[in-house]
Amino acid sequence: MSFNATRPNLLAAPGVAWLMAFMVVPCLLVLSYAFFQRGTWGGIDYTFTLENFARVADPLYARIFLNSARIALTTTLIAILIAYPAAYAIARAPRMRQPILLFFAVLPFWSNYLIRTYAWIVLLNREGLINNLLRAMGYTGEPLSLLYTESAVIIGLVYNYLPFVILAIYSTLSRLNPELMEASRDLGAGPIRTFFRVTLPLTLPGVAAGGVFVFVLSIGNFVTPALLGGGRFQMVGNLVYDQFLTANDWPFGAALGMALIATMIVLLLVQARATSHASGERRGEAA
Amino acid sequence: MNAPMDAETPPILRIESVAKSFGPVVAVDGISIDVRENEFFALLGPSGCGKTTLLRMLAGFETPSAGRILLDGKDISPLPPEKRPLNLMFQSYALFPHMSVRQNLSYGLEMERLAKTEVRRRVDETLAMTDLTAFADRKPDQLSGGQKQRVALARALVKRPKVLLLDEPLGALDKKLREKMQLELKRMQHEAGITFIIVTHDQEEALVMADRMAILKDGRLLQCGSPEDIYEAPADRFVANFIGVMNFIDGTVSDGVFEAEGLRLALVDAKPGPATLAVRPENVAIGPPGERLSGTVADIAYHGLDRVLHVQTAASHAPLQVRVPASGETAYRTGEALSLKIDPARCRLFARGAA
Repeated sequence: MSFNATRPNLLAAPGVAWLMAFMVVPCLLVLSYAFFQRGTWGGIDYTFTLENFARVADPLYARIFLNSARIALTTTLIAILIAYPAAYAIARAPRMRQPILLFFAVLPFWSNYLIRTYAWIVLLNREGLINNLLRAMGYTGEPLSLLYTESAVIIGLVYNYLPFVILAIYSTLSRLNPELMEASRDLGAGPIRTFFRVTLPLTLPGVAAGGVFVFVLSIGNFVTPALLGGGRFQMVGNLVYDQFLTANDWPFGAALGMALIATMIVLLLVQARATSHASGERRGEAA
Repeated sequence: MNAPMDAETPPILRIESVAKSFGPVVAVDGISIDVRENEFFALLGPSGCGKTTLLRMLAGFETPSAGRILLDGKDISPLPPEKRPLNLMFQSYALFPHMSVRQNLSYGLEMERLAKTEVRRRVDETLAMTDLTAFADRKPDQLSGGQKQRVALARALVKRPKVLLLDEPLGALDKKLREKMQLELKRMQHEAGITFIIVTHDQEEALVMADRMAILKDGRLLQCGSPEDIYEAPADRFVANFIGVMNFIDGTVSDGVFEAEGLRLALVDAKPGPATLAVRPENVAIGPPGERLSGTVADIAYHGLDRVLHVQTAASHAPLQVRVPASGETAYRTGEALSLKIDPARCRLFARGAA
């Protein structure tokens, strides 16, 4: 066996073993429940059935799926719209200052997800910071009900996943040869046309990577909808959570989870293909 | 301004006392240059001499800290790059990787809002002129280095700029291709009838291509003239050393005679004082031992057409380089004693002390 071929495989072995033992195997076990019936008192009755999948397709649950997808999509679009200018500003800052700006962008990650989400409850509730501030500024009407709305869920999701999108877009922007933008200006395009015809098309892989990431994480999220949506806005994540921990219907929960994971895998594959295609096109341009 | 009438064509581009500082760093320190219409002009200097900053100010990517840039008599310094009727060919080529060769060329014309048929006609014409017709539908990453270089040139030429700026256009190519492209560039400049300003650190490249050139060092203009002028009559020791090969002999001038160890040379109009004599290797003749400056052959370098003898003399620390035809009848050997004759009419004398 050649030295070069063996080495990388050996190096990857611990990581692969870890993922197999603690990630892939448990996931497959849980997902396999989807093919069995629910036991009378919870648990599993090991009789093969496809009935759980038929229930996933039920309009009631399909609507929750679509609703989750809509919320995740809105979150993704808002996150991209906020992250792109931020990433652009960081990529354009002096080289020395970029690591510090990136540090501030990912700073929220250093605190606990739950704490960050609770912070939004403090900000958004009827006696919260925002309503108090409005009152202090002379607003006399009914306090705004911001918390426990779909908007609150979207705000929470955008806030939590924004750093991912900033990092993803920043990484493509910072690798972009600035002379490409200068060439566009030199050829007669103003700053706006340069952005839409050169900068944006060449950074789409980063936008796609960040976008798919946020979408996938948002559609499966159950903490934020539970806390900021007040349980009134069910997303797929909550539904799965309920099946396992409240309804005690593990097989149906597993079937829902399978549908969710399948959606995510398809999206990730499409994005990976698009990215490798785009970077393949750009290869050799560095010279 | 009332410029004196000149037999020469009026300058298409006038760089007027232009300076640029980045914080405390002075990159360009008050440079004035006139570039004539249809001229192939070279900005030459070692890295860090300010030539690229000057070029970027012409293109509009940097704003001069002082001075003006006049194109056809109009001050273009306040205009952004997209409003200037000159184009830049980037050192990295900066081809748009997501566009085909044709789309790269069309881009600049679409910005001028030309009719589709007109865009197509001009792009086809330029593709033909640069030998790229067969590659029109390729993406930049499917091209060789030389082809990319031609696309970059074509993309700028298709705009028919008044002045084309080229930033080290041949820097990324290997030696053989570079020599071929030097002549190719000159041909295209001639065919397109466009003024070219090229930035290069390669003096040979500048000598081959340029009609006139400016030598820059530390943000200052040292000399501006034709390659012949600069080669024959360099303004100072730096230029003399930078352009071509030059021998330097330190000595003293008194009563119109330059004196160094073992060498006496009568020079008309020589100012008395410490001085450095500069002479090209081709302006030193070899005679039998005993005459004039005597030395021994330390090394012989064969260059094909000629040989360069490195002759150690008492007059200078470094051996003097002497060019002799390779086909000459006399065969020289290392260690051989001979004498050198320096043609006083083909020498330059620089006062010493300052440099």
